[in-house]
Amino acid sequence: MTEALLDVKNLVTSFRTADGDLTAVREVSFSVEQGETLCIVGESGCGKSITSLSVMQLLPKNGKIKSGSIQFNGQELTDLTDEEMRQLRGNEIAIIFQEPMTALNPVFTIGFQIREPLKIHEGLSKKAAHQKGIELLKQVGIPSPEKRMNQYPHELSGGMRQRVMIAIALACNPKLLIADEPTTALDVTIQSQILDLIDDLKKRFNMGVVMITHDMGVVAEVADRVMVMYSGEKIEEADVETIFNHPQHPYTKGLLQSVPNVDDKEHHLEPIPGSLPSLKENISGCRFYDRCEFATEKCRTQSPPKFEASEGHVVRCWLQEESTDERKSSYS
Amino acid sequence: MLNLIVSRIAQMFFLLIGISFIVFMSMHFAPGDPARIIGGPTATESDITNIRISLGLDQPVLIQYKDYLLGVLQGDLGYSYQTNESVNEAIATRFPNTLNLAIASMIVAIIIGVFAGVISALKQNTWLDVFTTTGALAGISIPNFWLGTILILIFAVNLQWLPAGQLTAPFWTVEGMKQLILPAITLGTGSAALIARMTRSSMLEVVRSDYVRTARAKGVKEKVVVFVHCMRNAMIPVITVIGMNFGFLLGGTIITEQVFAINGVGRLMIDAIANRDFPMVQGSVLLVASLFVIVNLIVDIVYAFIDPRISYD
Repeated sequence: MTEALLDVKNLVTSFRTADGDLTAVREVSFSVEQGETLCIVGESGCGKSITSLSVMQLLPKNGKIKSGSIQFNGQELTDLTDEEMRQLRGNEIAIIFQEPMTALNPVFTIGFQIREPLKIHEGLSKKAAHQKGIELLKQVGIPSPEKRMNQYPHELSGGMRQRVMIAIALACNPKLLIADEPTTALDVTIQSQILDLIDDLKKRFNMGVVMITHDMGVVAEVADRVMVMYSGEKIEEADVETIFNHPQHPYTKGLLQSVPNVDDKEHHLEPIPGSLPSLKENISGCRFYDRCEFATEKCRTQSPPKFEASEGHVVRCWLQEESTDERKSSYS
Repeated sequence: MLNLIVSRIAQMFFLLIGISFIVFMSMHFAPGDPARIIGGPTATESDITNIRISLGLDQPVLIQYKDYLLGVLQGDLGYSYQTNESVNEAIATRFPNTLNLAIASMIVAIIIGVFAGVISALKQNTWLDVFTTTGALAGISIPNFWLGTILILIFAVNLQWLPAGQLTAPFWTVEGMKQLILPAITLGTGSAALIARMTRSSMLEVVRSDYVRTARAKGVKEKVVVFVHCMRNAMIPVITVIGMNFGFLLGGTIITEQVFAINGVGRLMIDAIANRDFPMVQGSVLLVASLFVIVNLIVDIVYAFIDPRISYD
């Protein structure tokens, strides 16, 4: 096994609010290798975006990484100063956000915004950065890039803006790309184009990709490995085939059942009843307890440890205790 | 852009005619007869009738207005009832003082207001924020005649650092600038407070926006994030407030000129109103109104430069 590009261990992120400290990410660990796509899946509010913002250290002002380690290329990111982290952002780690409509600054041209990282990280002159910007726009499939450089974001469609965002993210050939629901706000036809583009660029530049999504369709299309999050915790992780063919956690099964299947007419969409527990709630047992049809008394009182269902397949559920020997995963 | 300017100037023309009509009528229907004031307490009825005839006040009001408007369209604002001085000249000699005062106050207001607003937004919920927001509240609440008097007492009478009033030296000389400082602060404080509040709330909204997060994600330096990425967006609503405030400021010059004994259009207007000097009042109001309209046109033009989403075509 090659050394991981990004190695997150026991990450805890919390927010200071009027109701006291709320923990949004609880002891989450994962890693990404070069050329690999890890999908982080879960419903809105499960902490997947906060996990990615923690890696970038772009948390809102009241957010804070409480504990844990984030190693990128062997370097501990939580030890870096703001300035050191700034030099890494947009350079070695880049991020694409969910909303292309608001992610670009409305008062500056596309050219200005794409030249910026090139000037900052690669020290290019305005002219050289402009040329490189045109190439980048071409690379992400934007027609007549010379013209686009002088246009403003409002003159572009959502899909085009997301392409611009990708071009900006890739400007300095990052080793790691974090894509936070990059297709959620787009039309279905545009969605697959954008996903293909990211996948294509990943292969070409051998990047590691962390793709955050709540869409199992997206997962099926791009993931190498999948990590399922629920209420701030990682509850299951495995390679993509295992997740789709042998899901173990009741929540993962529920997620897969809530995806429509046109081939199977017998398939009923089954929503998972209930909703995410509030971050304020103090839960001693399994955080999925209230919504789980298999819940037992043990689930209510004791938080499940990590079980290894098979090699590389980690599940956090007491049901695993019966089906497997109780072997806690070596990296819990 | 050219379309905007042309259509605005056309609009301004009709607007000013409307304003002149309202001012003309309200002066004529207000109590107090200019002929009596000119004639003084000893004038007989026939003296007063003669004065009325000589001023044209015996004509029907609409005819008087028509004559006045024809004069104005030819650039003639008429003659003072009181001193027989040409209104054009009276305004021309006093207007530079008022304009200097208004511009100096606006500069004070923008510098203090934007600076305080940005600081308090960036340091939200710290003592610095509380200090500036409280200061802004005080700035809005303090009446400027009181502030002017206090400033004179402190800086002119006690400390003797600055002159207590009158604009005698040209504004580009050191002496001229010293003369402008106290009146400009007096007049600018209220506007500074409004601008500070607007800047703060606008800035608070912008710093939380997605594109600012994108800028940070690109590795943009924090200073550039604040002063380039945030400021330009945050200034869009502030510019409107600045434009609107200019009108408020022009109104404020009346009081400030009084406090600092500045020979400007504001004082001219007050004296003219007291003396029922119709042509003088009408001329001054028309001037102030035109100025307000022009400033707002400038604001709209600046707007289009700052925000590319705005197009006037």
